Amino acid sequence: METASSTSYLNSHTGSRWTTGFMSWITSTDHKRIGVMYGFTMFSFFFLAVCLGFLIKLQKFYPAASGWEIIPVEWYGSFFTLHSVIMIFLFIVPGAPAVLGNFFLPLQIGAKDVAFPRVNLLSYWLYLFGAIMAVVGILLGGADTGWTFTPPYSVTTRTISMFGTQFDSVSWMLTAAFILGWGTILTGINFIITIHRMRAKGMSYFKMPLFSWSIYAASWIQVLATPVVGITLLMIVLERMMPVGFFDPNKGGDPILFQHLFWIYSHPAVYVMILPSMGLVSEIIPTNSQKPIFGYKSIAIASCSIAGVGYLIWAHHMFATGMSDVASIIFSFLTFFVAIPTAIKVFNWIATLYKASIALTPPMLFALGFVFNFSIGGLTGMFLGSLSTDIHLHDTDFIVAHFHYTMFGGAAFGIIGGIFHYFPKMFGKMYSKKLATATFGFMFTGFNALFIPMFILGFYGMPRRYHTYPDIPLFTNLQQASTIGSWILVVGVILMFITWIHGLRKGQISSEENPWNSSTLEWQTASPPTLYNFDEDPIVTRHPYDYDAFRAEVKAGTSKGARDE
Amino acid sequence: MSEQAVTVEAFHHHDEEGTRLGFWLFLFTELLLFGAFFIVYGVYRSAHLNDFKIAAESLNTGIGTTNTIILLASSLTMVLSLNAMKAGRVKLAKSMLLITMGLGTTFLIIKGFEWNAKFAHHLFLQTSAAIAEGKGSPLLTPGPEMLPDGQVLFYGLYFIMTGTHALHIIIGAVWMGIVYFWISKGSINPDNAGVLERCGLYWHLVDVIWIFLFPLYYLVA
Repeated sequence: METASSTSYLNSHTGSRWTTGFMSWITSTDHKRIGVMYGFTMFSFFFLAVCLGFLIKLQKFYPAASGWEIIPVEWYGSFFTLHSVIMIFLFIVPGAPAVLGNFFLPLQIGAKDVAFPRVNLLSYWLYLFGAIMAVVGILLGGADTGWTFTPPYSVTTRTISMFGTQFDSVSWMLTAAFILGWGTILTGINFIITIHRMRAKGMSYFKMPLFSWSIYAASWIQVLATPVVGITLLMIVLERMMPVGFFDPNKGGDPILFQHLFWIYSHPAVYVMILPSMGLVSEIIPTNSQKPIFGYKSIAIASCSIAGVGYLIWAHHMFATGMSDVASIIFSFLTFFVAIPTAIKVFNWIATLYKASIALTPPMLFALGFVFNFSIGGLTGMFLGSLSTDIHLHDTDFIVAHFHYTMFGGAAFGIIGGIFHYFPKMFGKMYSKKLATATFGFMFTGFNALFIPMFILGFYGMPRRYHTYPDIPLFTNLQQASTIGSWILVVGVILMFITWIHGLRKGQISSEENPWNSSTLEWQTASPPTLYNFDEDPIVTRHPYDYDAFRAEVKAGTSKGARDE
Repeated sequence: MSEQAVTVEAFHHHDEEGTRLGFWLFLFTELLLFGAFFIVYGVYRSAHLNDFKIAAESLNTGIGTTNTIILLASSLTMVLSLNAMKAGRVKLAKSMLLITMGLGTTFLIIKGFEWNAKFAHHLFLQTSAAIAEGKGSPLLTPGPEMLPDGQVLFYGLYFIMTGTHALHIIIGAVWMGIVYFWISKGSINPDNAGVLERCGLYWHLVDVIWIFLFPLYYLVA
């Protein structure tokens, strides 16, 4: 009989009596299986949302006068609402922490599992339940409030779906978001306790890999911010069910108060989306440069200070609401502060590349793409953080382009790069690097072709959330360029899935391999990892990115390196 | 998977201190959840100060004080139960837990009478559909008899916040029932009293939230 130390997590698991098949996954408390399940679910929803985004862009191909109508005008709101709800609540917020955090946090710190494995499984079930509830809700009821659910519209709207069914889908989606929120909170608590209590012997805080640091910072935001938005969204449900007047000016309520409560969570939440991706980039860049990351401590501290400062700047989403001038000036000022730790990270990554022997592997391409896109996204954020320019750019396509540069070009590129980086570790398989490089080429080109025109469109006054636009040559040309960009991007996304499926079917590699010659702890286990991750409890003696020591260990045969070295 | 599937011993990781730390974090999220309600209360109180004062006078301070004493007493019996368990006196621990549950239930019953008195004065929340049919409270829904804005908000917040708190009391009481059953079965015992301790922590949280609700609604009129 095989023992726990010799069998892969793909063949055995803990938590239930089912040994094979679907049930053995859905009831498993093994952090690696839960991570893989999140990945599968999440990317399924991601694909659905990409298709919706594709249709939304296609709708903009011709101006209003042409009579072009891919999405009927009364459904357009539902389309972008479903696109945004899936992308934000189901993909990008839980994305990196739930997929790669679950899988790699215990491996990186040398633990056997997370602190509360059963709670971890509960988080997944909550996620799955909430996700299905949100998607079914909007399909049956056609909610069109956007993902921000801003009252009074979200309280008064009674929508009818594209199938003609009437259904209180706004309440369903709000309740779903509440349930998803509890899944996120529990995951956050789980990771914080795991990091505090389960680090391997010798793994001090400043010997933790930077991805673990970023997960730590993101987890604190999840725990401290999500409950507020959860109860705020429930207040909207209550308003719809039995009107109290929480946010109804007719009863003395204040709709602006909702926006404050909403953004108190939802602004820090953008750092939940971006921090783990920054962590992944901090893993990929030193690995593919084969040298220690520049300014390890400053990156770790920057993660935590981004989380801290990110808490104090929520009202920069509300400059156009008529908030007091004093508050606006303070929030604008604080917004610029968050650029400092972010820029520290970018400079550290660039400095790591200096005089390094850079391997342009697919994950490295995505990491460099992240740095490029995220810099554009971050700097255009400075435009929006300035009070006067924000009034001009507010509610235009400029904003849409800005947050797609941070969330897709940044966070999603980081997640996808992270999956390309960790794919051989997760499955013991290697994808075709040619296909993966082509994936990056299409995604990077398509992404920039899609969103650069939207900056210009927004600057010239194209409002966001509009179904169509007047036939002005500037608008028509840029819209068409942007739509063509979306086609290239969709090809890239489809190619990404093909690369993964092809890799899973064909790319068997040795379980002893460390294909990127990475120095961090997770690469020292088997690929795919065995059930309890490490045959013997690891003892950490060196810095995670100490490549000189790592090369000496590989030479001495005490660590696994790449096979060709 | 081509290889033969194997069953392996489940990974047993028991870290009492880590679990306690995690539970404290969870309690903190509960506080934040109520924190949002308290912010809403604070904002509307400062916007409608007079209306809040007038409406608060209609609440019965005597009943509120009684309920506060009951909850504080239940927190005491909860601590006594845990102490008895740690001292190995399982029977005493069980009876103290029962008393705590009883006090929690008494709180709910008194709260029920209090709400009922409000309903009798036409102060109640009703679903949107029922309001559309004209079954809503004439005092809290738009119409000639509607109270001033601030009072409508006060009663709405009163029902929602004390209702959410009552829901937490119910959850706490049910949990205590489960803990009682586990103590009887012996799976919670003097050497393994972590669940009882966490149940107690949760109960104290519910208590602490009431300690803030009570002055805000009953005393600062």
